[in-house]
Order: sequence, then structure tokens, then C-alpha cells
Amino acid sequence: YVYRTSHICPVLQAEGLRQALEEMRTLYDRNQADVSEAKSGRTDLIFLIRFRHCCLLRNQRCILAYLYDRLLRIRALRWEYGSVLPNTIQFHMSAEEVEWFSRYKKSLATYMRSVGGEEGLDLTQDIKPPKSLYIEVRCLRDYGEFEIDDGTTILLKKNSQHFLPRWKCEQLIRQGVLEHILS
Amino acid sequence: MRGGGGGREEFGLSVRRVPRSHLQRAFFQAWLNEKFAPELLESKPEIIECVVEQLDHMEANLKRAKRGDLKVSIHRMEIERIRYVLSSYLRCRLVKIEKFFPHVLEKEKSRAEGEPSILSPEEFAFAKEYMANTEIYLKNVALKHMPPNLQKVSLLKSVPRPNLDSFVFLRVLERQENILVEPETDEQREYTIDLEEGSQHLIRYKTIAPLVASGAVQLI
Repeated sequence: YVYRTSHICPVLQAEGLRQALEEMRTLYDRNQADVSEAKSGRTDLIFLIRFRHCCLLRNQRCILAYLYDRLLRIRALRWEYGSVLPNTIQFHMSAEEVEWFSRYKKSLATYMRSVGGEEGLDLTQDIKPPKSLYIEVRCLRDYGEFEIDDGTTILLKKNSQHFLPRWKCEQLIRQGVLEHILS
Repeated sequence: MRGGGGGREEFGLSVRRVPRSHLQRAFFQAWLNEKFAPELLESKPEIIECVVEQLDHMEANLKRAKRGDLKVSIHRMEIERIRYVLSSYLRCRLVKIEKFFPHVLEKEKSRAEGEPSILSPEEFAFAKEYMANTEIYLKNVALKHMPPNLQKVSLLKSVPRPNLDSFVFLRVLERQENILVEPETDEQREYTIDLEEGSQHLIRYKTIAPLVASGAVQLI
């Protein structure tokens, strides 16, 4: 399980990031020094200045690409896991990433509430086309009480099996609480 | 205004009455087009509003129905199917909005008066929030720690645009004449083709983009 979560969102390489930014600072400072020298006659430095600038641009691109790619994975987490992230995953995220996630899910919630009538439409459901109304599910771990449409509640205990409306189970299946039994 | 029990059911806003069959067809067309087009298409608020109304109406009907009635299962299935297509359609749009967010916002900003919008007001708000959220994050975590001349980055330039040259399958709904096809290689020259009604083609999206918008072709 830990491996799986690492694969989705590994620990932020804060040290690597810090080093890359440090390197940029050093390159820039050296360039600043050389630019004044170049201005006062040492035109042979221009090539070196340009080269350092290219390195700076490349560092900028790499850093932004890395951070942006992580954001995309974190975004995917909202759609896969729901709005509450397991602690093991949150542990791999930086404070700023957690904040980005929090703002993202709020923005998404606002949007979903605004479509589809009074209660809004949960777009993270109905991911697959419906094949049947009811499905057979097995409970993988103790979850507790679960209310279905007509008001009745079901006790979801580990290893219990139920025949439940498909649309009610989707989220729990994705969270790993229920398992769809395919006959 | 709204038909309830037997007979032909009509659903619509107070101004337009759209027969259910028309609505379903237009809705499915919009869904498929959005699925297969590489870029974000025009938003269709009228269709969405009608579909949502239809769903609410059906749900209300179900609540009144007797339990155990066979019709209940069939109607519930229908509701599930429509809801799936609606979710799929809106999700598809959100994915494209997030993927191409600077371009989508730029296109909306530079839209001429009277031109149809590609974003609904809610989608527009979402897109702006997404952009602001991402910009603030990148600034705080990286950009503000960079040398002064590198602290700004153009997201419009960095985030890839949709690939309008990708190929799409389509079916022709209305006959089109003299569609100009651009050459793919230097040896080819541009040529024109006619699109016969009912025919199916595999063609570059860019060539037929306006025809998708006008409803002359259907992406499949």
C-alpha cells in the first residue's frame, strides 16, 4: 500500500528543489558580476553569460515542470480517492500542495453544486456507464452504518455481502471499503 | 406546460418547447462531439438545463410511484443512463478546461461580442480559480525564490495548446461542398473535397472544426 501511494505521489524532493534554486542563485550572481565586467570591456565573457542564462532558464523549466506534474497527480487524487486524503498520501505532500488541494476541491465543489439542479451533480460518481441497477458487493473492512435511498440502513461489517444499488456503492468501492463481486 | 403521464412528453423552458426526442439527440451529439474533439467546444447551456430538468422531473415521478412497480426499475435505469452521459459530458469539459486553462481563458477573454462562449459562467469561474490557485502555488514555492529576471513565467507559453491537427472520425449530417484540405507534406498540394450526407471520414480536426460547431458533421 505504501508503495502504491509512493508511485502516485512520491515525497516532494524538497532538498533537490532547494539545491536547484540555490544553483540558480549562484549562476545569477556570477552572471551579474560578469555583466558589469563585460560592460567595461571584457566582451569575451558574453558567451559565458549567455550560457549561464540558458542554464538558468533550463533550471526554471525543470523546476516548474516537476512541481506542475506533482500538481496534476494531486488533482488526480481528488477524483480517485475523494475529498479526504488518506494520511499516508498527505504525508508525502508539502504544506503548499495540501493548500492547493484544499483550494482545488473547494473550487470543484462550488462548480458541481452549480450544475444539475438543486443538489448539484457529483461528477466524481458515474465514472463508468451503468450496466445494472444493483450489484453484489462484499465488505472489505468494518465501515459501520450505511444508509440507502429508501431510508433503511445497512451495517457494513468486514466480509459481509450485500446486494445494493450501484450508484450508492461507487464511492465506497473506490475507497476500498466495498468490493464488487463479479459472478 | 410540462407533460406528465401518458402521451408524448415534452420538456422545455417556458419559451421553447423541445420535444424529448430532439433533446436527447442534441444532447448525445454534444456529448460525442465533446468526447472526440481535441479542444473545448462551445458550451451548451440550453441543452444542459433541459436535461437537468428532465432528470429532476423523472426523479420526482419515481418518488411518487408505487414500490415494486416494474416501471420503476426501467425509469431508474433510464435516469442512471442519462446521468452518466451528463456527468461524462461535464467531466470531459472540466478535463479540457484544466488541461488547457491559460488558452481557454485567453480565448474567452478575446471573444468578440455576439460570438458564442466556450465556457459557461460556472466553468469560467472554475477556470479562473484553477489558474489563480496554480499561479499562486508556483510563485510561492519556486518563482519567488528565483533570480529577479526569472520570477515571471508565461503560462500561456508554457502550457501546451490543444492539438488541432489530430485526426478525428466523423459522420456527415449535412452535405458540404468544397471543403479545403491543407497539405500534410511539402509534396502535396491543397485540394477540396465534398462531404456527402451520411458518409464517414477520418480527417484532421482543424479542417472541419467549424462544421462541428454548426452541427453539419458529427464526431464519432
